[in-house]
Amino acid sequence: MPCLRKVSQHRPRAAGAAPGPVWWVLARQMERMIVSMQDPDMGVKMRNQRLLITVIPHAMTGNDIVEWLIQKYGISEEESLHLGNLIVKHGYIYPLKDPRNLVLRADESPYRFQTPYFWTSTKWPATELDYAIYLAKKNIRKQGDLIEHEKDNYNLLHKRINHTWDFVVMQAREQLRAAKQRRKGDRIVIDCQEQAYWLVNRPPPGAPNVLEQGPERRNCHTTRVQLVSGGYRAHGPVALATSSRCSCRYIKFNEQYVPHDPIMSGCLPSNPWITDDTTYWAMNAPMVPTPTKLRVERWGFNFSELLTDPLGRAQLLDFLKKEFSAENLSFWEACEELRYGEQSRIPEIVDSIYQQFLAPGATRWVNIDSKTMERTLEGIKTPHRYVMDDAQMHIYMLMKKDSYPRFLKSELYRNLLAEAVIPPETKKRVFPFMRKQRHSSPSPALLPPAGDTEDCGGLMLAVT
Amino acid sequence: MATEGLRENETLASLKNEAESLKGKLEEERAKLHDVELHQVAERVEALGQFVMKTRRTLKGHGNKVLCMDWCKDKRRIVSSSQDGKVIVWDSFTTNKEHAVTMPCTWVMACAYAPSGCAIACGGLDNKCSVYPLTFDKNENMAAKKKSVAMHTNYLSACSFTNSDMQILTASGDGTCALWDVESGQLLQSFHGHGADVLCLDLAPSETGNTFVSGGCDKKAMVWDMRSGQCIQSFETHDSDINSVRYYPSGDAFASGSDDATCRLYDLRADREVAIYSKESIIFGASSVDFSLSGRLLFAGYNDYTINVWDVLKGSRVSILFGHENRVSTLRVSPDGTAFCSGSWDHTLRIWA
Repeated sequence: MPCLRKVSQHRPRAAGAAPGPVWWVLARQMERMIVSMQDPDMGVKMRNQRLLITVIPHAMTGNDIVEWLIQKYGISEEESLHLGNLIVKHGYIYPLKDPRNLVLRADESPYRFQTPYFWTSTKWPATELDYAIYLAKKNIRKQGDLIEHEKDNYNLLHKRINHTWDFVVMQAREQLRAAKQRRKGDRIVIDCQEQAYWLVNRPPPGAPNVLEQGPERRNCHTTRVQLVSGGYRAHGPVALATSSRCSCRYIKFNEQYVPHDPIMSGCLPSNPWITDDTTYWAMNAPMVPTPTKLRVERWGFNFSELLTDPLGRAQLLDFLKKEFSAENLSFWEACEELRYGEQSRIPEIVDSIYQQFLAPGATRWVNIDSKTMERTLEGIKTPHRYVMDDAQMHIYMLMKKDSYPRFLKSELYRNLLAEAVIPPETKKRVFPFMRKQRHSSPSPALLPPAGDTEDCGGLMLAVT
Repeated sequence: MATEGLRENETLASLKNEAESLKGKLEEERAKLHDVELHQVAERVEALGQFVMKTRRTLKGHGNKVLCMDWCKDKRRIVSSSQDGKVIVWDSFTTNKEHAVTMPCTWVMACAYAPSGCAIACGGLDNKCSVYPLTFDKNENMAAKKKSVAMHTNYLSACSFTNSDMQILTASGDGTCALWDVESGQLLQSFHGHGADVLCLDLAPSETGNTFVSGGCDKKAMVWDMRSGQCIQSFETHDSDINSVRYYPSGDAFASGSDDATCRLYDLRADREVAIYSKESIIFGASSVDFSLSGRLLFAGYNDYTINVWDVLKGSRVSILFGHENRVSTLRVSPDGTAFCSGSWDHTLRIWA
């Protein structure tokens, strides 16, 4: 089946277009690191390195680099090697042996710092002309025997900037002539430096392009100062709190929730991702006959936990029925349906709420204070999504401050706690080759939508 | 958002100065309430033990960079989107692919799973957010039922359903966020205030509030009231683009990840930054962040291919996870907190637990 791909291909950044300020942020950070690595006192140990018969000064071994990073940043060898590799990949350090592979080896392999002249951020952008000259030099030196992708690029450039080709060849010849007059050691270094630069700026096919940044940012030109009526805070004063008070809240929250955090505290019987056993999910499905102890405990943390758990909500409904205030929860759910419902159904939903909960003599009349009721009834003359907000909040607070504390003290809740299960732990199988079959589960997209019963709002669909 | 004209004695310069001095006064007020740092108070909290997390699943199938992913409420399915326009729905537990659709654009930078599990939303360089109902009917072409919902004037960077399948919140490179009615495609509310591309957003977990936070290239994180469209709080302490924002589980705070190589925690009640998560050896930008269920851990994916795990309270790094072979571009903790998923430019997604 052909896919009708309307080609709105993103134009890759034109060669020569600046990569955007984001690249500069990274470049600056890396360059700062590189500079400290070259500090004469505290930097990486440098010495002469022997390459066959030539001696290269100011070089270091891969080991030295890794060790220095470990010491300087207090990181592991693995992290140090990883970071060092990225520095090499970005061309700030290059290998003297095997210069075509920008890879850091934690051994005696020799490396050198790239000259700032060839830092990608200095020599930006890498022009087609420069690349052409570089390839032309190589072509002349190797008498036409370029590696494949360089040969392709050479031919491509030859076609594209054919009009300046004489200049290109002339420059290439001139640079080669000047190079011949240098000492062998310097020649090797300059070749390596240049090669590293082009490996970064024109990576061979298959090699990652470290300069790729993704789609261009900073596309909107909102330089105008936004004059806003209503001021900086349009929502009333924010209750500012001291840092210590806020910090205490984090501590308390941490204490409460860490035992419930599977990554921090594990989960019983086991974490499905680790043991391939989905019992944990089965036992914690939205609607189960017997919830786990942790789950029931969590309902006691705050009203929100009870309300957002479908099972908890069902229990709350049962409790409210006993107290003859179940209409509060139903009203709240109906208001949620309004807030998050389809735009086109708003008048219909508002009317339904009015008829069921607000109209005089309504079957499930909710007890709202007269001022809020008055405001709401006035508001529904021009129904909109948020017209029930005040009333909904009033009922929510009623449930939270009044019904919820009684729920927690009730026999219903105490029984739930007592009957809740604590699953026994299942350890990970010792013999991994006897791997448990990973059973699939039916997709929620296959399930019929939850029926719109009187009791549960159609919004929060139970998903297995 | 109404804009007034300049009054007689006002110039643009004078107004800018006034804005700056007000900002300064605000910082002064905030500073007065700052009596002690979070990590100091957290000294009495027990330190974390040895931390071991491994890749438990590797999802291979995207032919190009993975840019975004989201979890289904069923705790095991995910949707992921990539540079080549492909959007895939997986059962990440079995690693089976269940649905795949090819968008008519490249760089699908945003995708989201509907709360019901019956639809997905995605968009990117097409400047739109489209909703696809998920169907298992072999005779039906998923692309045929596609609904174009959001229209921006630049790329779509993030999208999220609200509490139902019927509303979508979007963030865009055009500098705005917007709330849309899925059924009709109607714009319900727009949010103006960022001075540059908006890169990320997250909805507040509270079921009473109606707020969300966004982060952008203007280095600002802004908290919005969904009903009025107004910005109610703003934070500007990062040194570069904010790539990711995520609420702390209690809803009282949120974390951000930025190209300045740091992650930060902003407390909404103290109205200030309360923690920075950084290390001298980390110089690459953080692309995406998420909290563990208790909020004790902050997982952050970076452009240096790694994932750093931070102790949110103490401010220290707990662990570094290797495995991806290119940038980590997206990271989300599963709905029940048993694992997290990371997506990368190395074309794969990994589930860690």
